[in-house]
Amino acid sequence: MTKPRTLFDKIWESHLVNVQDDGTCLIYIDRHLIHEVTSPQAFEGLRAAGRKVRRADLTLAVADHNVPTTDRSQGIDDEDSRIQIEALTKNCAEFGVELFDMNDIRQGIVHIIGPEQGFTLPGTTLVCGDSHTATHGAFGSLAFGIGTTEVEHVLATQTLLQMPLKNMRITVDGDLPTGVVAKDLILAVIGEIGTAGGTGYVIEYAGSAIEDLSMEGRMTVCNMTIEAGARAGLVAPDEKTYQYLMGRPKSPKGGAWEQAVEFWKTLPSDPGAAYEKEVTLKAADIAPQVTWGTSPEDVVPITGSVPAPVDFDDPAKRESAKMALEYMDLKPGTPMTEIPVDYVFVGACTNGRIEDIRAAAKIAKGRKVADGVTALVVPGSGLIKDQAEEEGLADILIEAGFEWREPGCSMCLAMNADKVPPGKRSASTSNRNFKGRQGAGARTHLVSPAMAAAAAVTGKLADVRELS
Amino acid sequence: MEKFTQLTGVAAPLDMINVDTDMVIPKQFLKTIGRTGLGPSLFFEMRYLDDGSENPDFVLNKPQYRDAKILIAGDNFGCGSSREHAPWALLDFGITCVIAPSFADIFYNNCFKNGILPITLPRQDVEKLLDDAERGANATLTIDLEAQTIRGPNGGEISFDVEEFKKHCLLNGLDDIALTMENEAKIADFEKGHKTAQPWLAG
Repeated sequence: MTKPRTLFDKIWESHLVNVQDDGTCLIYIDRHLIHEVTSPQAFEGLRAAGRKVRRADLTLAVADHNVPTTDRSQGIDDEDSRIQIEALTKNCAEFGVELFDMNDIRQGIVHIIGPEQGFTLPGTTLVCGDSHTATHGAFGSLAFGIGTTEVEHVLATQTLLQMPLKNMRITVDGDLPTGVVAKDLILAVIGEIGTAGGTGYVIEYAGSAIEDLSMEGRMTVCNMTIEAGARAGLVAPDEKTYQYLMGRPKSPKGGAWEQAVEFWKTLPSDPGAAYEKEVTLKAADIAPQVTWGTSPEDVVPITGSVPAPVDFDDPAKRESAKMALEYMDLKPGTPMTEIPVDYVFVGACTNGRIEDIRAAAKIAKGRKVADGVTALVVPGSGLIKDQAEEEGLADILIEAGFEWREPGCSMCLAMNADKVPPGKRSASTSNRNFKGRQGAGARTHLVSPAMAAAAAVTGKLADVRELS
Repeated sequence: MEKFTQLTGVAAPLDMINVDTDMVIPKQFLKTIGRTGLGPSLFFEMRYLDDGSENPDFVLNKPQYRDAKILIAGDNFGCGSSREHAPWALLDFGITCVIAPSFADIFYNNCFKNGILPITLPRQDVEKLLDDAERGANATLTIDLEAQTIRGPNGGEISFDVEEFKKHCLLNGLDDIALTMENEAKIADFEKGHKTAQPWLAG
């Protein structure tokens, strides 16, 4: 009898091109997404060495990090941003790579357009020069972020040199309480295992609470897996996965589709497969989450209060909490719901999908953005923007006082003009509350889309369960 | 890529956990289309004051650490973004070795692609090195990659682990891509079999 294998084991083993004596593996890459920030040096490397892109047909490019989210008809004001996007356009033309440019309706955040186009498929290996590539694991694709030298390696050889990862399973059983969503689930997981808890592992999410999540929710969970230190998250493909992918532009069609689904059904982990680490959470125990510090592990339920450094046993963590509170300008013991916000951001590869915009609009409907609060909704792609407009969500949000923007990474990392000013505080659906992430001196609280909308209309961090 | 064989230099202590790559090199410097020139922007937010002048309290601005070649830091160094600009900035500054109790995976891999040696050591060893590094210019360390040892200022020696293949590439300054291209026949064979097994994946 063959040894029971995990989903990860199956994907890994079916992509091995070569294994060296020391265990270093050469793995084949099925799908490669590129964007303007981490690819120019890779193309430059190819050019200098006289190399070609080995499989341009397995490569898809989009501009997302630098693009303006306001009117684009006049191009990009910021010279450096413009040069970077022009370089992507030029490189894609020269090397024959398909590009969704800034004015293409299909343009959007790289981790949103991959699934949306059916480029992301179960059982594949998928990489991108971006740590949030973990997002695509929601489809049972082994997807992880790589550096620019590795981008060049994939462009040139369609392979990567990697050591195998270890298997971890996080099981969440039961029903998530009302008002608690995928974002809260993953923030609770990160709070539980810490930002380095998954280092060296691929995390497979399992249990009824994960099965019950929509594909959008599973993407949110896998997206933030990197915030728990794991390069990749995985969810076993199921009927929801196939439903989501069926008929997408780059999904297999006709007989190939039937054949693919049959194969995908063999992917879930075998009963009795071994995991080096197991973590279990009860869905019922999870409340809406909010971060208080400058690391995604600095998380508390919205019903909680700002912790004190002395609450932490580890001296290094105590020191880090002290610095975080100083940066965030928060006093220990302050109830989270008493913290006022200046900015609200709904968007990013974490929460820029249609379901997220619906959740924000549901709270915004019939309410107004509080005085002094600037609130942005940035759809994850042009197609999502269109859909939200058709569903009337954009009107609801605009009516409530939200700014309705063009798609891109925007205020998640503030590489374009969308920044939280120094000393200002934001409730954000993005994935990182690092110092300066949303702008130098900006103070970020990570929340779900509904919680972000609740903060926008109350002017403070708020418990969404009291509004809906 | 430059070879990494032996390195003797001053070690700067950065006793913080979770130093993320946004801290190593913030977003405004990711707009470059080159790999060099990022050294002056390394640790930008901590290194400079609001008026643009140097923050005298930051370790790399102190006279004894301005030419540091080694950085000693806390747990989970390099977490966050995959930006290779982080190792590029370290390299441009002159730091080619980082020692910490643990590293984030992507940063760790990125270092090896740029001739930087990241060394993972047990926390008590890192704490001792941090103490030594506090002594500034007297805290010169010698890293010997071939022997996998760190020699401290008092002659004490600590050994470290490193994956064999990564070590081989660093010692010889090897370009991964050229090595992989030697496997072209294997890649082409794999592709043929893969196309039969999962024909729907062809672009």
